[in-house]
Amino acid sequence: MTPLLEVRDVSFSYHTMEGETRALSHISFSAENGQFIALVGPSGCGKSTLLNLLSGLAQPETGSILLNGRPAAESAARIGYMFQRDCLLEWRSVLSNAALGLEIQHRLTEETENELKQMLKTYGLDGFSHSRPSELSGGMRQRAALVRTLALKPDLLLLDEPFSALDYQTRLAVCDDICSILRQNKKNAVLVTHDLSEAISAADRILVLSSRPGRLKAEIPLCFSGETSPIRRRNMPEFSSYFNLVWKEMNEDDPHSV
Amino acid sequence: MIPILSDFRRRQTPSSAASLRRETLSAAQQSYLEKELRSRKQTVFFQRMLFLLFLALWELGSASGVIDSFIFSSPFRIILCFSSMAKNGSVFLHTGVTLGETLLSFLLTTVLSLLLAILLWSSPRAARIAEPYLVLLNSLPKSALAPLLIVWLGASLKAVVVSAVSVALFSSVMALYTSFSSTDPELIRLIRSLGGGRREILLKILLPSSVSVIISTMKVSIGLCLVGVIIGEFLAADSGLGYLIIYGQQTFAMDQVVMSIAVLCGISSLFYHGISLLEKRTGQSAGKR
Repeated sequence: MTPLLEVRDVSFSYHTMEGETRALSHISFSAENGQFIALVGPSGCGKSTLLNLLSGLAQPETGSILLNGRPAAESAARIGYMFQRDCLLEWRSVLSNAALGLEIQHRLTEETENELKQMLKTYGLDGFSHSRPSELSGGMRQRAALVRTLALKPDLLLLDEPFSALDYQTRLAVCDDICSILRQNKKNAVLVTHDLSEAISAADRILVLSSRPGRLKAEIPLCFSGETSPIRRRNMPEFSSYFNLVWKEMNEDDPHSV
Repeated sequence: MIPILSDFRRRQTPSSAASLRRETLSAAQQSYLEKELRSRKQTVFFQRMLFLLFLALWELGSASGVIDSFIFSSPFRIILCFSSMAKNGSVFLHTGVTLGETLLSFLLTTVLSLLLAILLWSSPRAARIAEPYLVLLNSLPKSALAPLLIVWLGASLKAVVVSAVSVALFSSVMALYTSFSSTDPELIRLIRSLGGGRREILLKILLPSSVSVIISTMKVSIGLCLVGVIIGEFLAADSGLGYLIIYGQQTFAMDQVVMSIAVLCGISSLFYHGISLLEKRTGQSAGKR
């Protein structure tokens, strides 16, 4: 079976008048269906760049990205993208914010709108459909942004540090919340984070990137004997041994870096 | 998951019940509100008193001869002049002409400046090329162009409107373009990640997020349009308040000149209130920020 996502030898640089900045160098990995991958690495290692490439917002300079075995641009696979900030538009109600993607893709029908309302209800936002985003708390805003993304029924979900703008307590709760939503819907997800414990508590597999230019340093499969709840995972004995392992991989001297 | 969610919601629900707040006003809050309201009433009172005082001093000054009422007229003479010109309807004709020309040029300025700003935003290269010319045209005193326009277009409505648009257009384009190009790049990335193109970015992000800037630009440009119309009427018109002022000056009918200026003051404040009303309405529909 062809993997949902296949990244083959991808490199990318940013160009300015001052010079060239190599962001990613020769990255290859693949993801099977239903997998939750976390990308960790030091800041500025090109994690977000990689997500931009996966989402098709930018094109790799060399190498290729295949979705369901076909180039990202031609593939019918849908990609959802969640940013660090929720990017809710203040001049729209919560419902109309959640409908933004459907509206842009001209898929807003009575049926999809009803689905949307159902989703808002499932995720605890039903009383707030007609509120302004500023009336919501940070966690609720992030959930509204998730509904906006999930409404498009993406095959692959890209999460770019989606919890980092929240305070610690909210962050744990929202991470647990959103991860369980993704697990229930059996979504494939790529989570970018600089928070190791977040990565370990949420993912099936961790990819460790080196500092700039980002290379794939290590791939660590996680096994919590079937436990998927991030909060419960944090209390399991495996958690700290994985933490030490990932920590060691991240801080190990990199023979390729300059 | 569901118990977590409901528990979560209980903790996170913001307490934005305004009605609740009103019922539980503390004494301190109440006295603060009263003080605030009193101070606002006083401001309006003093604003009106200042106006009446100004009129009274003017009238007294001209009656006692401290002010030369031949040059500076007086409130009473202005009213006389107005009522005599109202009888034959000429004052309404001239005011109507000026109002019409200003509104027409304001409409043109608003539409043109929006179109130009969108064009500049959609083509960064065009914006870079046009930038020095825009800065130059913006700082050029447009009243210097008016004589040229009149020779070109003749003494007509067209010349007046073009001169007004030329006064207001460039600053308006620059203000709008600056606002468009400083739009939050994250929001643009959001639209692109949802599969939208330039059109969607324009309609879903750029225009709605620029509403307040568009309105404040309109506030400035309607004033500039009035300036441009009066300049145009000074030079090339046979009606309008600008014409009335120049004609009055040439025939030493200074009452007529000052009366026209008074009417212009009225028009300015009318425009100001009109745009403020628009601002309030869009502010309400956009909700609290």
